[in-house]
Amino acid sequence: MAPTPIGFQLINLLAAILLLLAFAMLAQRRVVSLIDLFAWQGAVLAASTAVVAYTTAQPHLYASTILTVLLKVLALPWLLYRMVKRLDVHWEFETLINIPATMLIGIVLVVFSFSLTLPVSELASTVTHATLGIALASVMLSFLMMITRRKAIPQVIGFLAMENGLFFAATSATYGMPMVVELGIALDVLVAVLILGVFFFQIREQFDSLDLRHLERLKEGD
Amino acid sequence: MTLAGILSQLLQIAVAIALAPILVGWVNQCRALLQGKRPPPLLVPYRTIRKLFAKDAVVAGNASPIFRVTPYVVFGAMCCAAAIVPSLATALPFATAADAIALVGLFALARVFTALAAMDVGTSFGSLGARREMFVGFLAEPALLMVLFTASLISGSTSLPTIVDTLAHRELAIYPSLAFAGVAFTMVSLAENARIPVDNPATHLELTMIHEATLLEYSARHLALIEWASALKLFNYSCIGLALFVPFGIAEGTSGLAILAAAPVLVAKLAAGGAVLALIETVSAKLRIFRAPEFLGTAFLLAVLGMLVKLLLGS
Repeated sequence: MAPTPIGFQLINLLAAILLLLAFAMLAQRRVVSLIDLFAWQGAVLAASTAVVAYTTAQPHLYASTILTVLLKVLALPWLLYRMVKRLDVHWEFETLINIPATMLIGIVLVVFSFSLTLPVSELASTVTHATLGIALASVMLSFLMMITRRKAIPQVIGFLAMENGLFFAATSATYGMPMVVELGIALDVLVAVLILGVFFFQIREQFDSLDLRHLERLKEGD
Repeated sequence: MTLAGILSQLLQIAVAIALAPILVGWVNQCRALLQGKRPPPLLVPYRTIRKLFAKDAVVAGNASPIFRVTPYVVFGAMCCAAAIVPSLATALPFATAADAIALVGLFALARVFTALAAMDVGTSFGSLGARREMFVGFLAEPALLMVLFTASLISGSTSLPTIVDTLAHRELAIYPSLAFAGVAFTMVSLAENARIPVDNPATHLELTMIHEATLLEYSARHLALIEWASALKLFNYSCIGLALFVPFGIAEGTSGLAILAAAPVLVAKLAAGGAVLALIETVSAKLRIFRAPEFLGTAFLLAVLGMLVKLLLGS
């Protein structure tokens, strides 16, 4: 095996940690720890972007590193914390499928996304092509988290984690998106969280609970 | 098969059998120190074994031959395992006879006999312990196999000496797959050796026992052999972990000098490993038995992730 430069090893390591964090979020029962994990995911994402920026000499990726740190490590977790505090939710939430089974489905998803991206990453010329599979896997795992959780807040965190996965995919496949697109997405995510926060309060006001099963009934009284 | 090979093989088995109770004593010492107690002497496990050998064995009237045979089978299986695991040297004549999968089979053989013997006499605690032991075992085994497969994937062989040779000679780099496998292996070893997050080796409360409950009917030399076998199992697991994840300083030839040089390295690594084990046991609390599947499921997940990461990233 040819020796690989330390930068690529670091990217691989960070990608592996990202995958691990995605599984940790899938297994996490408590909402505050979930937000912590989300912040960690953002930090790992920022670190990997910085490493990609350094090893491939792409200065515009430094800007997106800073953006990631500001938005995903500081702003969004802070907003979520505040929301949790004001909604006063600290419960352990129940999942639709029990956690070991969710993990097994997660492994199947990882295998699926690895085999799906294998031909793609063989064609790609970027040095980070191998991590594309991990990016897709973390998107899939976030999807799974959104599907298996009943409450509103974990679903929103799943949505945000999915965006993290997409961002990682963009970094590993094409060395990041154009700055305009990146700024646009960042703003979208921020606004989405703010609006969803308003939704949380509305949902709770209406149903006295954040359980989304209540939203399945469209007509009143029956 | 040369004379030197056979000699080094015999030496390794002897070292394993001799060092195993000392390793247990060392772990107990470290744990006592960490918990602020006065540490027991290092040789307490030896004294216990000697005391037990001097006593008369009591065997239940309705015990079948399986009950009597089990201590010898378990001890024999652990000695075989000690012969396969490259702890001092990799050029072992016996190691070619069995690979990593056969090693897992040996551990399983010992477990099956322990469970059969526990159910043999027909006490309720015995069969309760046997069922729990099998429950933990059937969750831990796939994770252990996955860890070994990850290592085999890297070296392209399931033979333990080849794995260790390959791992010891790679250039220094970050291997996320090995890191995952290492954490998974630690969790599996804790479960397999009846250590704290899953089982408590020092418990006297039958209701929370797992491994100890299977031994309740044994006394004297049978109990001594089983205790010694448990110590050997811990020693073997430590040596597998050290061989896979810290594979430095293991002798490659059969020359006496190389093996002599490997011995102090092994002792130092085992001492460090034992201290880490004591630390893990001190900082974690025993899990409820129904949390054990989650604990071992996480180990399995980490092992599988290690393998997948190895396949995808090639590192």
